[in-house]
Amino acid sequence: MVSEITPDLVRHLGVLARIQLDDEEVDRLTGQLDVIVDNIAKVSEVATPEVVATSHPIPMRNVFRADEVGYTLTADEALKNAPDAAEDRFRVTAILGEEQ
Amino acid sequence: MTDITTLSAAALADKLAAGEVSSVEATQAHLDRIAAVDGDVHAYLHVSDHALEVAADIDRRRASGEVLGRLAGVPLAIKDVLVTTDMPSTSGSKILEGYMSPYDATVVARARAAGLVPLGKTNMDEFAMGSSTEHSAYGPTRNPWDLDRIPGGSGGGSAAAVAAYEAPLALGSDTGGSIRQPAHVTGTVGVKPTYGAVSRYGAIALASSLDQVGPVTRTVLDAGLLHDVIGGHDANDSTSLPDRWPSFADAAREGARQDVLKGLRVGVIRELGDDGFQTGVTAAFRASLAAMEAAGAEIVEISAPHFEYGVAAYYLVLPAEASSNLAKFDSVRFGMRVTPHAGATVEDVMAATRDAGFGDEVKRRIILGTYALSAGYYDAYYGSAQKVRTLIQADFDAAFEKVDVIATPTAPTTAFRLGEKVDDPMQMYLNDVTTIPANLAGVPGISIPAGVAEEDGLPVGIQFLAPAREDARLYRVGAALEARLVDSWGGPLLDRAPVLGGVR
Amino acid sequence: MAANKLMDFDEALERFEPVLGFEVHVELNTRTKMFSGAPNPAHPDNHDVAPNTLVAPVDMGLPGSLPVVNEQAVRSSISLGLALGCSIAPSSRFARKNYFYPDLGKNYQISQYDEPIAYEGRIEVELEDGTIVEIPIERAHMEEDAGKLTHMGGATGRIQGAEYSLVDYNRAGVPLVEIVTKPIFGAEHRAPEIAKAYVATIRDIVRSLGISEARMERGNLRCDANVSLRPRTPEGEPPAPLGTRTETKNVNSMRSVERAVRHEIQRQAAILAAGGTITQETRHWHEDTGTTSPGRPKSDADDYRYFPEPDLLPVAPPAELVEQLRAALPEAPAAHRRRLKEAWGFTDLEFQDVRNGGLLAEVEATIAAGAAPASARKWWTGEISRIANTRGAEPGSLVAPADVAALQGLVDAGTLTDKLARQVLEAMIDGEGSPQEIVDARGLAVVSDDGALIAAIDEALAAQPDVLEKIRDGKVQAAGAIIGAVMKAMKGQADAARVRELILERAAQ
Ligand SMILES: [Mg+2]
Ligand SMILES: [Zn+2]
Repeated sequence: MVSEITPDLVRHLGVLARIQLDDEEVDRLTGQLDVIVDNIAKVSEVATPEVVATSHPIPMRNVFRADEVGYTLTADEALKNAPDAAEDRFRVTAILGEEQ
Repeated sequence: MTDITTLSAAALADKLAAGEVSSVEATQAHLDRIAAVDGDVHAYLHVSDHALEVAADIDRRRASGEVLGRLAGVPLAIKDVLVTTDMPSTSGSKILEGYMSPYDATVVARARAAGLVPLGKTNMDEFAMGSSTEHSAYGPTRNPWDLDRIPGGSGGGSAAAVAAYEAPLALGSDTGGSIRQPAHVTGTVGVKPTYGAVSRYGAIALASSLDQVGPVTRTVLDAGLLHDVIGGHDANDSTSLPDRWPSFADAAREGARQDVLKGLRVGVIRELGDDGFQTGVTAAFRASLAAMEAAGAEIVEISAPHFEYGVAAYYLVLPAEASSNLAKFDSVRFGMRVTPHAGATVEDVMAATRDAGFGDEVKRRIILGTYALSAGYYDAYYGSAQKVRTLIQADFDAAFEKVDVIATPTAPTTAFRLGEKVDDPMQMYLNDVTTIPANLAGVPGISIPAGVAEEDGLPVGIQFLAPAREDARLYRVGAALEARLVDSWGGPLLDRAPVLGGVR
Repeated sequence: MAANKLMDFDEALERFEPVLGFEVHVELNTRTKMFSGAPNPAHPDNHDVAPNTLVAPVDMGLPGSLPVVNEQAVRSSISLGLALGCSIAPSSRFARKNYFYPDLGKNYQISQYDEPIAYEGRIEVELEDGTIVEIPIERAHMEEDAGKLTHMGGATGRIQGAEYSLVDYNRAGVPLVEIVTKPIFGAEHRAPEIAKAYVATIRDIVRSLGISEARMERGNLRCDANVSLRPRTPEGEPPAPLGTRTETKNVNSMRSVERAVRHEIQRQAAILAAGGTITQETRHWHEDTGTTSPGRPKSDADDYRYFPEPDLLPVAPPAELVEQLRAALPEAPAAHRRRLKEAWGFTDLEFQDVRNGGLLAEVEATIAAGAAPASARKWWTGEISRIANTRGAEPGSLVAPADVAALQGLVDAGTLTDKLARQVLEAMIDGEGSPQEIVDARGLAVVSDDGALIAAIDEALAAQPDVLEKIRDGKVQAAGAIIGAVMKAMKGQADAARVRELILERAAQ
C-alpha cells in the first residue's frame, strides 16, 4: 500500500504532532516524505498475516516493581527547569482561545 | 612523545594504580588536549568545570588506601544523550538548551561509582537522529582524520573525542549504528551491547525498542573494561536483562592471548555483496577476513534474505517511537518555550516551540512517525515493520546455526564530506544498512578498525555480530583480530591519523 | 451559553429508547504510583499534600525517565476484573495513547488498548426496590491518571475565560482501572436510576476489595456516561440502528450520574424531535445548573496513534495467581447485603434506607466499631445524612465510623443525651476532634450528680408548688413541667429520665 503524501496530509500531521509548519516546510516535507515512504512501504511485501510482530527484541514478561516508595523529586527539583511557574505549579498560557 | 592522552584506558589505569600518574595529572592532560584541539574538532558540547576536583578526590581516596575500581581516576566523555546532574543534558537539541537533570543516567551513576572522571558531554546529531553529527543544533563535529569530513553519527562527538585523544573512553548510544558507524569512520572501537544488557534509564529516548548504550574506545580491551562498569541489570529499566554477565574485559584479554580464531566460523552475508560498498571499504574488509582465515577461522557464506527490508523497517519503527518519545518536549515542564503572540493558547505555544526548537531532521522523523502510527496506516507501516523484525531475527537465528559470528563492513563508505548528504535524507538513511539489523533483532555488535581505504586513506571498520547475550564472544573475536591487525600494521591504526593542532 | 432545550422525560421515553454505556475510572489506593515509586495521592496517607511533591521523573515525563509497573496495582486490577465477572487475559499489554495536553507529562498516556487485563464480564446491579439488573462489562484495563489543572484568572475557575492555568503533577501516574460496559439496552424509564445504581455497585465492589477509597468527591471514582437514543419502531419491525452517542464527563457524585443521564435523554430527545442531529462529542456536567455543555472540540481526539508501549513488557498473570486472587475475593456485594440485613435484624424498609443512602459501608464499619445496629443506622440515615445534604457532601466524607460508634458509646453510658450528642456530632464534623475531646473541651457531659439535679428540682418545685400534689393524685404527666424547667436550668446537660425518676421519688416521700 503506497499512499499519496499531500501538503494537506503533512499539515494535518503537523497538527497531530504539535509542530507549527509554515508553507515552505510543508512543501519540502511533502516531497521528502513522498520519497521516503516510497522506499519504506516495501515492508508490507513480506509482512504476511502469519508473521507475528516483534515489539521487544528480547522477549520478556512480567517485569514488576514492589509497591514501595522510591526515588521522588522535591518540589524544587520538579520545578527547577520550568519555563514558567507560580504557586509551586507549572504555569501555562490559556488552554482555550479567546472565543470558542 | 608518550603523552598521557595517547595511553589506552587500560594502560592509564595501570599507571594510576601504580602511582606513576595521578588522576589530576591525567585529567589535566585531557583538559589541555581539549583546549588545544577541540576548537577544530568540536567533539564536546560542554566541558566539566569540576573534573579536576573529582580527580583530586579519587587521588585522595587512593592515597588513603581505599580499594578503587579498575578504571578509577580515568577520564570519561559522556554523550549528551545521557542525563547528568552536574552538566547540562541537551541531546544535541536547542529545545533542551541548559536543561539540568535532577538525576544521573544509570550508566553515568555507575561510572561515577567506579571512580571514572567525567570530562564533559559530547556532541551528537539532535536526539541521536543522524549518521554524521551534522544534525546537531550546536554545529557539527569534525573527523580528526580529516576536518572537512563527518565523524559519523549520531555519536560523532564521542568517537571524535577518543580518536582525537580528548578522552580515553566515552559513552555512546546506538539505535541503528550510532556507536559502530562513528567508530568505523574514526578508526576507533564501538560496541552496541545486546538489547537490555546496559540500562537505558537516563538515556534520552530516541526509539525505545532499538536504543542501547555502549562503550566508545580506542581498543577492544578498553571497551570491555567500560562495559563491565556500565552493564548489568537495572530495576529502573523494565527491559533490562536480569542475566549475570561474564567480564568483557576478561573476554578481550582471552581473545588477545588465545587462539580464539582457530576453528571460528565467520559468516559473510551473501545478499550484502560488494555493490554499494566503496572499493577501499570492501578491500579492507576482505583483508581482515583473510587475516582471520590465516589464523584458522573458517569463512562461511550465509543468507539473510530479509536484511534488505531492514532499512525500511527501521525508518518506520524509529520515527514512530521517536514521535511519541519526543512529545514530552512541549515547553510546559522544562526546555525552550516560544510564545508566538499575545493571547496564544497552550496549543499555539507548544506548536511554535516545537517548530523553533527542533531541527529539520527531527521534524521530518516526527512527522514521518506520526504518519506511520496514524489511524488507517498502522497495520501497513508500524505493524508490518514489527513483523520484519521477526523475519530478521529468524534470519539471524538461521545464520547462527551455521556460524559463530557474522562479519560485515561496518558501513558502506568511509567518512564523507560535511554537507555531502545532508539534503538527501534517503541517501543518508541508506548509510545504516549494515548496522540496523542488529538493533532490529536486539543482537550485539562491535566495530573495530580494519585498515584504511586505499583511495582516500580514511579508516574502515569491520563489524562482528553475535547471537543475543553473546556479547563476550564479540570481545574475544574483536580482540583477537585487533591483536593480529595491529601487529601487522606495526601499531594502532590511529597512529596514521594526521596530527591535530600541531600536537599529539 | 444557551440553555439546553429539554423534552419532558416521560414523553422522551415514549418516543425514544435510551441506550446507555459507562466508563468508570477507579483510582487504586496502592502506596505508590502505577509506573513510579512516588507516593500515590490516592492512598490515604498522602491526602492534601503540597503541589508537585509526589512526583518521580516518569510522572513528569523528564528526559531519560522510564516506567516500571507496580505489581500491587496489577494484582488489584486482576481482583477487580474477577469481581466484575471478567476473564483475565493470559497475556495483556500496555500501549501508548498519544495526545498533547499540559496535564499529561509525557504527552502520551500509558494505557491498554487491544490487550486489556480483563474482558467480558457482567455484574448484577440492585435497584432501590430490589430489582436486579444485569450490566454487561466489555473490559477493564489498567492505565495512569493525568495531573491536575487549575484554571486561573477567569471569573468562574473554569477553563473557559481563564487567563492561564497551573499544573500539579501529583496525580499524574496514579494507578487507574477503567471499566467499560457494553451498550446497555432495555433500561427504559429506569435509565437514570440504573446509572446511579451501577456506579454505586462499582463503588461497593472496589470498597469490598479494599483496592480504592472510592470517594467520588475526591475523584477516586469517576464516571463518564454515554447516552444515545433511537426512535421506537412499530411492533414486529426491526429496531432502529443505534443513535449517535454523547459522553458526559465530570460526573462526580452518585446523584449527578442519575441527573446527568436524565438530562441527556431529555436534551437529545428535544433535538431529535425537532429534526436535529446529535453531535458525537464529549459533554461536561455542571453540578450547579444540572446541565451539560459541549467539551473542548479536540482536533486530534479521533487519532490517538496507539502502539504497544516499548518501555514495558507484557503482563502475563500466571493461572495460579489468578486463582489465588479469585479465592481471596470477598463476597459479592448483593450476597453480602443479604447477610448483613439478616445479622442486623433490619426491616426491608430500614435496610433499603441505609442502602439507598449509600451508607452500608459506613453503618457496617460503625457496628464493627461497637455500636448497636439500630443506633448506627439512626446516626447515618438521620443526622449525618441531614447535615451532608445541607453541605452538599457525601455522608461518609464527614465523619469516621469509629467516631460515630464512640459517640453512641457516650450516649449509651449516659454521658450524653441524644440532644447533646447531636451537638457533639456537629463539632466532630467541624473537625473539633474526637467525641470525648469535644465533650471535655465544651464541658458538655450530662450532669449526673444527683445532688445538683435535686437542687434544681427543688427550685423548680418551689416555683410550681402544685405539681407534687398533682403527681400524688396520679397525674404523673405533670412532672413534665418540672423536667422542662430542670433541663433548662441545666442547659440541657441532664438526663431527662433520671430527672423524672428523682421527681417521682420526691413525690413518693
Ligand atoms: Mg518553521
Ligand atoms: Zn481512561
